[in-house]
Amino acid sequence: MILGANYALIALGITLIFAIMGVLNFAHGEMYVLGGFVTYYLYGLFGLNYFLALLASAATVAAVGLAFERLFFRRVLRITTREESTMLLAAGTALLLDSLSLVVFGEKQRGVPPVAPGVYHVFNAFVPAGRVLIFVLTLGLIGAFLLFMQYTRPGRGLRAIAQDKEAAALMGVNLDRYRALGFAIGAALAGVAGGLLVTEFAVNAGAGTPITIKAFIMIMIGGAGVVSGAMLGAVVLGFAEAVGYFFIPGSVTYLLILVGVIVFLVFRPQGIMGRPWG
Amino acid sequence: MNVLRAVVPAMIAGAVALTVPNGSVNAEQKVLKIGVLGVMSGPAASWGLVNRYCAETSAQLINEQGGWSIGGEKYRIEVASIDDRNDPKVSVAGAERLAYQEKIKYIIGPNVDTTAAAIVPVMEKAKAINIPYAFSKSLYTPPRSNSILGMIASYQAGPVIYKYLKTQKGVRSVSFIARNESDPLNQRTEGVAAAKALGLTVASSEDTYEPGTTDFTPVMSRVVRQNADLIVLSGVAPADAPLLIRTARQLGYKGLLSTETAQDAKILNEVAAKAANGFISVGGASTPEIRSEYMDKFVQRYTKVAGEWNDEAGTKVYALEMILRTLALAGPKAISDVEAFKKAIPTFQVQNPFLKEAKTLKFVGAAYFSQPRQIGVPMVVNVFEDGKFRTLFIGSVE
Repeated sequence: MILGANYALIALGITLIFAIMGVLNFAHGEMYVLGGFVTYYLYGLFGLNYFLALLASAATVAAVGLAFERLFFRRVLRITTREESTMLLAAGTALLLDSLSLVVFGEKQRGVPPVAPGVYHVFNAFVPAGRVLIFVLTLGLIGAFLLFMQYTRPGRGLRAIAQDKEAAALMGVNLDRYRALGFAIGAALAGVAGGLLVTEFAVNAGAGTPITIKAFIMIMIGGAGVVSGAMLGAVVLGFAEAVGYFFIPGSVTYLLILVGVIVFLVFRPQGIMGRPWG
Repeated sequence: MNVLRAVVPAMIAGAVALTVPNGSVNAEQKVLKIGVLGVMSGPAASWGLVNRYCAETSAQLINEQGGWSIGGEKYRIEVASIDDRNDPKVSVAGAERLAYQEKIKYIIGPNVDTTAAAIVPVMEKAKAINIPYAFSKSLYTPPRSNSILGMIASYQAGPVIYKYLKTQKGVRSVSFIARNESDPLNQRTEGVAAAKALGLTVASSEDTYEPGTTDFTPVMSRVVRQNADLIVLSGVAPADAPLLIRTARQLGYKGLLSTETAQDAKILNEVAAKAANGFISVGGASTPEIRSEYMDKFVQRYTKVAGEWNDEAGTKVYALEMILRTLALAGPKAISDVEAFKKAIPTFQVQNPFLKEAKTLKFVGAAYFSQPRQIGVPMVVNVFEDGKFRTLFIGSVE
């Protein structure tokens, strides 16, 4: 459950950006890494309050997302309808962030002091207190995100664009402004995830790509562009990993997961809760 | 941000150096180019970057002294680096570029078996020598002769560490965990054989994790459940080691943990902190109590070049020095003819410049590869204690 909740936060951002812009954000893992490093520097090195550092992670990565949307994606989406253009652009931004992270933050793994030290011994299981804190914060953030999407005007605007952008535009939704907002929120979620998980899993400049791959697996399972699907995909992947690694030795776990995803997509390419692509 | 402060001026200096013709620095001085080929991006970036930083640091120190003397003439050392992204195809392209375009005969790297094996034909055809940090014996065994292992292999360090732990710490059983990649898996297989040969009970050895894993709880739960006296982290990357250690301790594991690869104390301290106390790994010339003045100077300069010291460099400081010192022995002909270099290998012998204690530095490995194709890096076995490494003992491949 803890693993699934962590994954959900990552998957939510990537699915939000896909839903409102049709962009597969390959740089999502790198944004997660950036969020982790901001928390590392502010909380781990400079001793700032952890929650302020977390806020700074979200704000920094949101600003990067906003800049990407404004400088790159908005223009490309305006001048072409070819999906591969945005995919290549997204891959380019991922490489850009990856290389910049290595130059700026160096090659080493970075970790921070635990926010909640100690380990709980519950029945036969050992549960680190830090993970419990991450789990609670993640659930709170997901709840806040869902409430924002459901009950606020910007949230309704974003959902309208995800459902039908032409109709949303006709109803007075400013597409450019809401797309920028959606990209910034999606990026901020990656930043928050990085800031949360750096306390338990540390971070390094090369950690982005595996995170992006896992995020794509989650949204493929749950359904790209659907918020509830992203959460479902995250829980399924987290559960499959935890159970697989515990009961099956060797590298068979991920082999089974990937084979399972391939077989699943053959029969339901849109994922559990998604719309058929295209 | 000290990394940024260090890297940006270095990048600017590098860019300037590339645009300024070599002759403008010293019109009379000849240039000896050395290649560095390895993984310098992605999750394993530290392996190749440490090689590069070591070569650049040594080159700076040597050039400040007027260059390296071969046959009575001083050569300015230049380092050309290529990131192979741990991809054999990129590694081959990089090796071809260094060997044919840059006309480089001596290359440091690559870092893993797959990339090191991929460039063997390039090295042989181009008549070049390389110093990989990969452990596959076939790279160094006849008919191959152009690759020289740059560090202690896991199958050399493993038995020594296990024997020490068996006799000194009473270890009777051992579990292995490895990353699901060829190098770590090979190291695990060799570790299992070494443990069995010593009469240790192998409690488990099938547990692996995927590259990029951050949450090791599921896989470590299986390993900890075996309750072995020792858990060996086979071929573990410095980024993964502290997370594996911390997870094992969080799951209630009270036994010993070790690895046969080099680690970094700062990473262990930041990520695992006290959980890493007692963790045993292999170092080079890292710990202050064994370092010579020359090594201290190297550490200071490395810190300027890379932004901060990395203990992995203690094992990788040797490569460039060994190439240059062997060239000095073999003479100017060896700069363009690696056969002359090879002929000098069996007779090469100097005092280890990086250690305080008088130890011989030479090419070794004949017992493993039927020919001396390994740099005789001392086998420094360290234990992590309260944020620092302490040297347990210094062994030798021989």
